[in-house]
Amino acid sequence: MKDFREKLRGDYLLLLLTGASASSVFIIICLIIYKLIEGSWLSIQRFGIGFFIGTEWDPAISQTFGALPLVFGTLVTSGIALLIGVPISLGVGLVLSEYMPRQLSFATSFVIELLAAIPSVIYGLWGIFTLAPFLRDNVYPYLQALLGFTPLFSGPIYGGGVLTAGIILAIMIVPTISSISRDVFSAVPNSLREAVISLGATRWEAVKIVMSYARSGVIGAVVLGLGRAVGETMAVTMVIGNRFQVFPSSLFDAWYTLAAIIANEFTEATYDLYLSALIEVGLVLFLFTLMINILARIIILRALGPMRGIARE
Amino acid sequence: MRGSEMYHYRMRRLVDDLMRVLVWLALVVALIPLFSILGEVFSKGVPHLNVDVLISPMPTVGEQGGGIGNAIQGTLITIFLASIMGVPLGVLSGILLSEYGEFKLSSAVRFFNDVLSGFPSIVIGIFSYTVIVTSIGFSVMAAAFALAIIMVPIITRTTEEALKIVPLTVREAALALGIPRWKTLIYIVIRGAKRGIVTGILLAIARVAGESAPILITMGYWRWWFSGLNKPVANLALNIYLFAISPFDNWRNLAWVSALTLTAMILIINVFLRIFTKEKYI
Repeated sequence: MKDFREKLRGDYLLLLLTGASASSVFIIICLIIYKLIEGSWLSIQRFGIGFFIGTEWDPAISQTFGALPLVFGTLVTSGIALLIGVPISLGVGLVLSEYMPRQLSFATSFVIELLAAIPSVIYGLWGIFTLAPFLRDNVYPYLQALLGFTPLFSGPIYGGGVLTAGIILAIMIVPTISSISRDVFSAVPNSLREAVISLGATRWEAVKIVMSYARSGVIGAVVLGLGRAVGETMAVTMVIGNRFQVFPSSLFDAWYTLAAIIANEFTEATYDLYLSALIEVGLVLFLFTLMINILARIIILRALGPMRGIARE
Repeated sequence: MRGSEMYHYRMRRLVDDLMRVLVWLALVVALIPLFSILGEVFSKGVPHLNVDVLISPMPTVGEQGGGIGNAIQGTLITIFLASIMGVPLGVLSGILLSEYGEFKLSSAVRFFNDVLSGFPSIVIGIFSYTVIVTSIGFSVMAAAFALAIIMVPIITRTTEEALKIVPLTVREAALALGIPRWKTLIYIVIRGAKRGIVTGILLAIARVAGESAPILITMGYWRWWFSGLNKPVANLALNIYLFAISPFDNWRNLAWVSALTLTAMILIINVFLRIFTKEKYI
């Protein structure tokens, strides 16, 4: 009997140990929220709601901090990223699940996923020395000649700037969106494709049916990609130009994002209020990505239902 | 077929062909940046790569030569410390999710793990700053703490999936022999899933090796070698940022060498795992 109890003791111990480890995720998330609020308390007290609607960021003289332009910058660059990245990702997802032989598709998925393995800072390095000069010399002049009559594409071309940041983000979200959409497309039952094709539909018409079937999963993937774009830091910091202004003069102009200003100014924050304001920017960024991520996970989980495991990453 | 039907049919065929071309084009467009990045990193990094660069510390302003030795050392130390904290936590969480179906909060743990893995790494850097830097200062401990938090959800997920691959009959056989559950898990089930678990750990290491934003927040720049757990260390990924935005030629060259070293490390881990595990864990 004593022996038996000792056996049970080991069981309890392991359950306790693993249970405590697993529950630490709740503690970590709660602690992150608490610490971010505590760290930004000075700024919250000082500016209140004005922090979110203020359009001035002046650490040097008036010590006023308003984050609205940063929110704009984040939304616009992420929006550009989705505009460019989503069609490409869907195309990739479709090729991998619908147009490619299985074996080849496996290898290609791996190569696409390598894009996600490359560190953000290397994207930034490549962005500064390869992508920005290329766009400046070979793409933007033509874009300006074509669309220069709108304010979006007028003004001087530096190479870096809002559009370049958006393009880099688009490249970075492609592996996320395409690998999840490939999974949701593949999860569509084959009988559906066969039924549609047996009715005389072309391949593309069958694919359209597959896409409408997988719609909510794809939406989840796009939202997850958005979350990634919003939180992306180093690559954006290195190409966007880092200038605080309410609106840039054009898409070729410099701007700022929530994440970029933290990376760029955190180590230079010389007094408490400045640091506190930057932590509050971090809090805003955190709440943004928290909402986006929860939304995305719920959509994907609901879309895939029992197919758990696919909805991850 | 009548004329209008014929026309309709041709249009459908045309759209079909057009879309086929477009989706393949999307794949090509998606792959161009990858090959461009790898090509640039390789072609600009290799000419400046030599033993001297790999073992000498970072140069001061205006100094010629210099290297990334201290950054390699610092990166390895930071990853090691992060693993000490993150690996046990992640593996134990994974065990719970896979083996203890009776634990009521499992799906919530899974959900919030996924959510945690979606947080921007810079936010986790700020968190580590408010917890550790404010008490012991910019230090390798603060950086390792941030990286550990990034590692945990990755390891949890891969451990859970690796354990699930071990057949249920193995557990049943062990339990039927009267072996206690904890011994079954630790000595039999985990042993069967060892490969998958190691894969997860290495993937997490590859991921945090490239992190620079939380490093910047928790350590800042450090030019010297490792000199204590309460001091910062240099970091490869952060060096790339520092060197890339600098005006000096030799610093920029070092940026490419750092990028080459880091990319090689990460790609080797990824390709190696893919070839030797033949399982999809990512």
